[in-house]
Formats: sequence, structure tokens, C-alpha cells
Amino acid sequence: MKPAPFEYHVPDSLEQALALLKEHGGDAKLLAGGQSLVPAMNFRVVQPGVLIDLNRVSELAYVRQDGENLRIGAMTRERTLEIDPLVAKQSPLLEEAMPHVAHPQIRNRGTLGGSLANADPAAELPVIMLALGARLKARNVSGERWMEAHDFFSGMFTTALAPDEILVEIELPPDLPHTGWSFMEVAPRAGDYALMGVAAQVTLDENGRCRQARLVYLNAGDGPVDAKEAAKILGGEMPNDDVIEAMAELVSRKEINPFGNIHASSDFQRHLAGVLTRKALKQAIERAGEDGLQ
Amino acid sequence: MATRYFGERIKRNEDPRLLTGQGLYVDDVDLPNMLHAAFVRSPYAHAKINSIDVSQALQREGVAAIYTANDLGDYWKPGPLLVSPPPVKDIVFNEKTQVPLAKDKVKFAGEPIVMVLAESRYIAEDALADIRIDYEPLEAVVDLEKAIQPDSTLIHEEIGSNIAAHVVQTKGDYDAAKKDAALVIKRRFSYEHGCAAAIENRGIVAEWDSRAGRLTVWDTTQAPVVIRNGLANMLGLSERQVRVIAPFIGGGFGPKIMMFYQEEVLVPWVAMKLNRPVKWIEDRAENFVATTHERGQIHDAEIALDKDGRILGVHDVFLHDTGAYAPYGLTVALNSQANVLGLYDIQNYYSEFTAVFTNKTIVTPYRGAGRQHGVFVIERLLDLAAKELKIDRAEIRRRNFIQPDQFPYNNEIIYQDFAPLVYDSGNYEPLLDETLERIGYHKFVNETQPKLRAEGKHVGIGIVAYVEGTGIGPYEGAKVQVMSSGRVSVVTGVGTQGQGHFTSFAQIVAEQLSVDVNMIDVVTGDTDQFYWGAGTFASRGAVVAGNAINEAAKVVRKKILKLASEHFNAPEDELELADGMVKVQDLPRMSISLGELAGKANPMRGAVKPGTEPGLEATSYFGPERGATASGIHAMIVEVNPETLQIHIQKYLVVHDCGKVINPLILDGQIHGGVAQGIGNAFYERLAYDENGQLLNGTFMDYHLPTSLDVPRIETGHGVTLSPLNPMGVKGAGEAGAIPVGPLFAQALEDALHDVDFEILEIPLNSNRLWELVSGK
Ligand SMILES: Cc1cc2nc3c(=O)[nH]c(=O)nc-3n(C[C@H](O)[C@H](O)[C@H](O)COP(=O)(O)OP(=O)(O)OC[C@H]3O[C@@H](n4cnc5c(N)ncnc54)[C@H](O)[C@@H]3O)c2cc1C
Repeated sequence: MKPAPFEYHVPDSLEQALALLKEHGGDAKLLAGGQSLVPAMNFRVVQPGVLIDLNRVSELAYVRQDGENLRIGAMTRERTLEIDPLVAKQSPLLEEAMPHVAHPQIRNRGTLGGSLANADPAAELPVIMLALGARLKARNVSGERWMEAHDFFSGMFTTALAPDEILVEIELPPDLPHTGWSFMEVAPRAGDYALMGVAAQVTLDENGRCRQARLVYLNAGDGPVDAKEAAKILGGEMPNDDVIEAMAELVSRKEINPFGNIHASSDFQRHLAGVLTRKALKQAIERAGEDGLQ
Repeated sequence: MATRYFGERIKRNEDPRLLTGQGLYVDDVDLPNMLHAAFVRSPYAHAKINSIDVSQALQREGVAAIYTANDLGDYWKPGPLLVSPPPVKDIVFNEKTQVPLAKDKVKFAGEPIVMVLAESRYIAEDALADIRIDYEPLEAVVDLEKAIQPDSTLIHEEIGSNIAAHVVQTKGDYDAAKKDAALVIKRRFSYEHGCAAAIENRGIVAEWDSRAGRLTVWDTTQAPVVIRNGLANMLGLSERQVRVIAPFIGGGFGPKIMMFYQEEVLVPWVAMKLNRPVKWIEDRAENFVATTHERGQIHDAEIALDKDGRILGVHDVFLHDTGAYAPYGLTVALNSQANVLGLYDIQNYYSEFTAVFTNKTIVTPYRGAGRQHGVFVIERLLDLAAKELKIDRAEIRRRNFIQPDQFPYNNEIIYQDFAPLVYDSGNYEPLLDETLERIGYHKFVNETQPKLRAEGKHVGIGIVAYVEGTGIGPYEGAKVQVMSSGRVSVVTGVGTQGQGHFTSFAQIVAEQLSVDVNMIDVVTGDTDQFYWGAGTFASRGAVVAGNAINEAAKVVRKKILKLASEHFNAPEDELELADGMVKVQDLPRMSISLGELAGKANPMRGAVKPGTEPGLEATSYFGPERGATASGIHAMIVEVNPETLQIHIQKYLVVHDCGKVINPLILDGQIHGGVAQGIGNAFYERLAYDENGQLLNGTFMDYHLPTSLDVPRIETGHGVTLSPLNPMGVKGAGEAGAIPVGPLFAQALEDALHDVDFEILEIPLNSNRLWELVSGK
């Protein structure tokens, strides 16, 4: 469990990092928190010729309010997302999900950018990004571009990032008024990747009807799974048990595509998706209602 | 009244060293000019090796040497059989032990094929990728039942089948007893593989001193003396030329008693051959496939009872998975066979097992060592019977307990130590009563649980019982010596892996010599310090080594009194030992420290009189005629989420009897650790093999150990029946915590999910499996 030989660079600035990445291209890997990359290197599953360590690129670690949006640098540690008051205020869903991401020791090192770029279908953060409608900014030596979270995740451990691009920033929009949230998952032990998990955001109108809903699942397909059809059922409706039941059914039977593994069969994963959908929706609707509805 | 040491809750002597990072572990041994070893291990569970090409790897800078089986010459031979077959009539036993490096065929995934030596472990691992091996994959033998079909692929062709052994043992006449039965219950039970997952993996460092003609080996073994003897024999050296040191070890649990691991044979040999120190430290990926596993049995068991729930007899036929080789003989299966009898008065027993070779990692004892499987069978059968007969589960056990006046109780079959399975002592009902009382059984069942159920909560209770055969022979020895500083040295041959030997052994001596515990230095696991011994296994350290130490300390005490009596010219019965001094009663100024006395015992002038020896020291040996039987009851209250099938243990209690207790604090630690492993084994840990014999979860990401959040606070209680088989009256306790947790989970989870009609007949479980069982999948 020792990595294969590699060349190591530790740039001080984003410019230097981008230049190194352009120079070494596909043979290089960016090192963020190392919590996914280093084990993979020790198992020799990944053998990059060049490692570009981003840990001294301090300009990439920040949480900043910018008008009504929140901007988070890619090198922001997972632990920061868990405890930063700006995050809690802007996106209680993100704050609620964070304790489920690995263990505190790992969150102290692991980064938001690393988790998103890693694009593990069982990871929490990609799911949260979709649920919140986040936008992601990538840079290369010649410029920058913005992507919707939807377009960023392109499959199992793959993203829309080009080999010369670094994910630099994540932008979180504010929740609409009367928005409730819920994050729930079932993991074998605390800190494990979950067998199934769901992020729910529900926005009600003044009359308590659903204005918009979003349900995104982890470990339910080859990336974060946005259950759009189920969410549509709730649109315009007064939330009630029948609607919720219909949504849970649709999600667990149709909209997700869990693969099953040694810890959970796909049947059990579907069953859990149903259980979690019911609970999470109820909680999100209740929280939406607490926000000053008549 | 002198201070008491034996039986006190004394904090561990070794902890300051360990907690400040001062303990020496094998990987801390760093010698100049040292080479590092790495192994090519088979990716296939079963394959022919057509050719091996190491030429490219030899070119790599920093590679010193590479060996395949053919390069070992005469040194290549199958390892020794550690435990020969038991003297049972009509036994079938096909001996097959592991080889240092696979030659023509690999028999499990992870089996070493090539050894690389390089200037660093990094380079050695780089070189592994340069080696080309042409394999011809063969069908893997994985399934126990298919393995014994006549048309099965064979692992060891020369045997003509995959049967490692077949053993039948009986007591009384089951078939006759069954005729009178009011109830007969028959089920199939299975118990899957798990591993010990010690915090420290294995490791070996060997250094050959060619001028002194001495080989020194640091080894994470539980049996340094036996390794010393074996290595001397294999390497053509005298035992005095070989020193094996088992320093601090981060957990043994059984797999580190396996002898000889391939690496243990190879690393010392190559250190001599290249005349350079060599280090091999197993990494976790290797540990999952290369260090031995346990469990893996299928039982077809039947119990016959009368209408009052008294057991008339038990019939059990089982398959036992030995993995690819069986160097440890039949210990695990014999333990399973014995433990089906539990602590119950069973007069008629038929037990038959077939040990089966499969293309999996070798199976040897791991904490519990087969007892778990046997206990699972009998405890589950009793639960099923209780349900059918509408008898309370605690009551059905009570009715069948062996009574105090029945000891020694003869179970007639042969046990792992090859002596008949005779329980020396025990008193089970008080243990059960204390358990019921402390867990609040009757109140829970009659009041609390119905209320919880009405609230829609799924909370269950479990109560199970077990015996643990401990402290078997052959023997251990110890030397106790008063040093001139007044400190006392204790050396013994067993290895230590975290059991607190540095304290509990010290307490035994402290009690005899009235010296403070922290004045006593215990050395274990260094063959230059103590020559004789067997090893740490079968919960025998305290019983066997402990009694040897006690005997030696008694002799030293006599010597102290004799010499002091001469010194003071006072009769021995007027002398008193206290606080490291000998005093003459009522004459406070007449006193001498043990250190000074030790100096006087080693005179520089005059003569040591004939028939006496210099020094205040003694060496003694102890070998019990057979094992001492400990016993206990575990109880638990557990809540289950009926939708997600996640569990939460609310209360866990162990009440047990291991005879006289040396240190209750250390004992609690042993129980807690055992329960934690038991919980892992019952609900979290399962080595998952696919049909090709590939381990699917060989990392801690996927092999789930229970964490601190999953293991509850564990309460303990102690009953004491002294073992008549040793002067201290102690019994072992190393495995007590781990043994009955499987059936406890099964019973409590069925109880929690009372509204579903289902049976738990297998271990380990997890949420997924539980969901399948309750939803009939
Ligand atoms: C025991 C354990 C349990 C875990 N459990 C969970 C869990 O339950 N849920 C969960 O979500 N995660 C879990 N993780 C993963 C953890 O959250 C990781 O930290 C995270 O997935 C990766 O973040 P990192 O900063 O460590 O990235 P790294 O490991 O450094 O990098 C991961 C990948 O992303 C690339 N990368 C990193 N930063 C950038 C960037 N800015 N731009 C482009 N590419 C980049 C790297 O090149 C690499 O390919 C667990 C990890 C461990 C070790």
C-alpha cells in the first residue's frame, strides 16, 4: 500500500497551479484534501505521474457573501461548511448534510472542491449541490466558465471538467421564502458512505401549496439522481399523505436506479428510498410551513 | 495486615509506556543496511502457474534479490502441522499445510508466489508490478456443499476429494433418546467468515549476526518459543543460536498463533542468505487475505426435548471450512463440536463434522475459536424449543443447567486438548439470577416491553449462556528473581498482545512477596530471557503462565524467609514481609530490604553451601491436567428501526465466572473487547466472497468493524467458582466476551421484531440481511 513514484509540485498561487496543470495535462492529478485520492494512490488504483498540491493555494479557501449569493472556494474544508455561520444561514440543507460526510478527522482535510470533482455517486455534496441549484466555476490558463450543478456531474466518478481545468468556486443561491429542507440517509455506521440518502427542498406559496420541490438521491444511480417526475407530482398541490405516498412510490420504483452492493441489495436500497422520501418530505414541508405561513 | 495485590483493580503497569509511545513494536525495529520485502500474491483463488518472469524486476534500481518457489531449493517444504488429529475412532484426516511460496498452483487469492527484496518497501512494491506471471485460472472451490460433491474441482488432487477431515463423536444414544421426545426441532444454521482485524498487522524483522552465529527475529507472534524452535530446526541452527522476540503487539486474537506463516519461514532465511537485516511489515490489504480467517460453518442440527423442555439429546452434522490448507488441525471444529453441549446436562449427543478445503484464506482460531458456532446452534435450538413449548427462555435454560453437585461433569467427547471434555467446576444458576435481576428481565418483559410495543417501538431483550474451555496445557514456565535494586523480575515464555500481563503477572508476585506492583518488571516473549513455553492461546495466559509465576514466587518467598532468618538469627515464623522489606515482628529496627538480601544471597567471599544456589530466584513450571471451564450469561436490550432495520443497543450486560479474579479492571477490559468483537461478528463483519473466491471487501471501508458509536457501555458481574485444577483457582477469560453474541443478537432481534414471523438462523447479520429475513426474501 505504497504509491507508485510521482513528481510533486506545490504551487503557491492559482496561476502557478493552472500553468502546471496545462504543462502536465492528463498525467497530472490535483491534490486537495487527499482523502479520496491518496488511498486510491496507495492501492495503486490511480498512478498519476505528477501531483499538483493545492493546499498552499490559499486564495481558493473562503466562504463569502456576495449580494444574495454565497461563494465558496473549492479548497474550503468540509469541516468549515459544517460550522460556518454563513453556510448555516444561506443553506441549512448543506449544514444539515455535513455531519453525514465521513468522520470529523476526514472532514478536517477533505474539501468541497475535492468531493465534487471526485463525483462519487454515494457522496453527499454533489446531491446537495443539485438540490440547491448551485453553480460551479472552473478555470484554466486562458479563462473561466460557469456550469450548473446539473451539467457538472456527467456520470460515475466523472465530471464536465477538462484535464486542464480546476474547479475554483461554488455559488449557492438563497432559498426562496417558505422553503423547507431535509437531509436524511441510512448508513451502516456513522460516517460510512450511505446505502441510500435523500436531500429534499420544498417551497410553498402563501396558501401552503407547493410552489416547487426538489428531491435528489445519493447512491441511487451513476451520479446524484434528481427525481424530477416525483417532484412534479407535488407541484401546485397542498401536500398530504397521499401525494407523499405517490412520490415515494414513484421514486423507489422508477426514478432511481441503485446498483446494489455487498452492503445492500438494490431492493433494499429502493425500499430505503421509499422510507426516506416519506420522512424527508414530511420534515421539509413542516419546516417550510414554519417560515411564517398563515 | 499486608497490602493486598491479588484481586485488586490496579491500573496497568504498561500503560504509561504505551500511551507515551515508548512501547517497541516490530515496525519500530530499524536496523542499518536493512532490506524490505514485498510479495507477489495470487490474484486468483485457484489457478495453475505456467511461468514466472522476474527478469525485468531484477533490473529495477534498488532491487536486491527476488525468489520464487524454485529458488528456495531444499528449503521449500510444506509447513509443520501444528496440532495433530485427535485420538478419535475412525477419524479421517488429510494433512495439507501451506507452502512458503506457491509452486505450480495457487490455492487462494492472496497466496504468496514471489518474494522481492529491495532497499525500500516502495521500490519493492514497484518491482512487484514488473513481474510477469502466466496463470491458467481454474474453477474456484468456494461453496462448502458443492466442494464435497464427487464431481467437484479438487484443490489438493492427491487427496482425491476436498475433504480435510471427518470426525464423529458421540455420547449416549441420540436415536434412542429421541424416541421419547415430546418435541423435536431441526434447523439449518450457518455462520460466515470474519477476521480478527487486529490493530497491528503482522510483521517480521530478522537479523543474522554472522560473527556471533546468531539469528535475531522480531515477530508479531503469540508463540515466540515455538517459533524459535521451529526456525532453528528449519535453518539448521541450534535453538541457542536463535532469539525470537515478540515485543509489544497490537492485538493477537488467535491468527498470530498460526505457525508458520509463509513470511515467517522466508524472512529469517533470506536475512541469513543475503547477510543483511530484512523487514516485512504486512499492510492492511495483505492482512485481509494473508492472515488467517475464522468461522465458516453450516450445521444441520436437531434437538429432542421432553414436554417440560428438558433436553433429551442433540444431533448435529456440520461442514467446516478450513480454507486452502489446515495447518492448525481441527481445533476450531472440535471447539464447535464441544460447545454445542454448552452448560447443559445433555446425556445424548451425536456430532459429526466434515472439514472441507476451499479456495479461501486459511482458517485458524480467532477469539472464540469455533465456540461461537457451537453456542449459536444450541442457544438457537433452545429459543425455538422455548417458543414451541411456551416456556420462558430463561427458564428453559435454567431447567437444563448442569447442577453444582454434578462437577466434575464429563461430556465424554474429546476436546481440543485431546483430553475428554470434562467441566471442572461451575455454578450457573446464580449467574442467570444475577443477570435477570440486573437487566430487569421480568419487569422488562411484563411491563416495559408491552408499553413500548403499544407505542409502536420495537425493543427486544436477549439472554444467552455459554461455557468457555480455557487454560489448557501443555505447560508454561516462569522465573522470578529479586534484583539487587530491590525490584523483582518476572520472565515467562508467553507472548503478550495487550492482555495486561505486565500488571496481572506482577500482582501475583506482589501478593507472594509483598512488593508493590510497580516494583515488578515483567518480561514476556523473549526467548533469550526464558527458554521454555508454548504460547498465548486458548485463554491460557493467566491460568498456565500465571500459576507457574505463582509457584516460582512461592519458592522465592521461602528463600527470602530462610535467608532472612539466618541473617537476623530469628525463626522464620517471626519474620514478616511488607513493602519490599523483611522485618522481625515487634522489632522495628530489625529489617532488611529485599534488594540487600538479594546481595547477601550472592556472596563474593566464602562459599555457596552445597545444595543451595546463589540469588533469590526460582524457576517453576505449571501444566494443568486439563482446561478450566469458565461460564457466563450475556443479556442485551436492543431497539430496531422496523423500516430501516438499523439497530441501537440500549443495554448490554455480561455476568460470568472465571474463577478467582486477579485484576477486575483488566478482566473488564477483556470482556469489553470481546463483546466489541462479538458485536462486530454478529452484526457488522462478514468477509464477502464471490463465486470466484475473490474477497469483495478487503478494506476497512467495506469490512465494517463496529466503531465506538456501535459498541454500547458494557456492564459486568462476576460469580466465582474456583477451579480445582490449579492452585490459584483461576480460569481464563480472554474469549468470554466474544462467544455468545451471535445467538444473543438473534434472540433479541426476533424479540424486537415480534410482529413479524421469522427466524434468524445465520450470523453475521446486517440491516440488509435483516430486512431480507423480515420481508421473506
Ligand atoms: C473513511 C472515509 C469515509 C468517507 N466517507 C464519505 C462519506 O460518507 N461521504 C462523502 O461524501 N465522502 C466521504 N469520504 C470522502 C471525503 O469526503 C473526501 O474528502 C472527498 O470525497 C474528496 O475530497 P478531498 O478534498 O479529500 O479530495 P482529494 O482526495 O484530494 O481529490 C479527489 C479528486 O478530486 C480531484 N480534485 C480535487 N480538487 C479539485 C479541484 N479543485 N478541481 C478539480 N479537481 C479536483 C483530485 O484530483 C482527485 O481526483 C470519505 C473518505 C474516507 C477516507
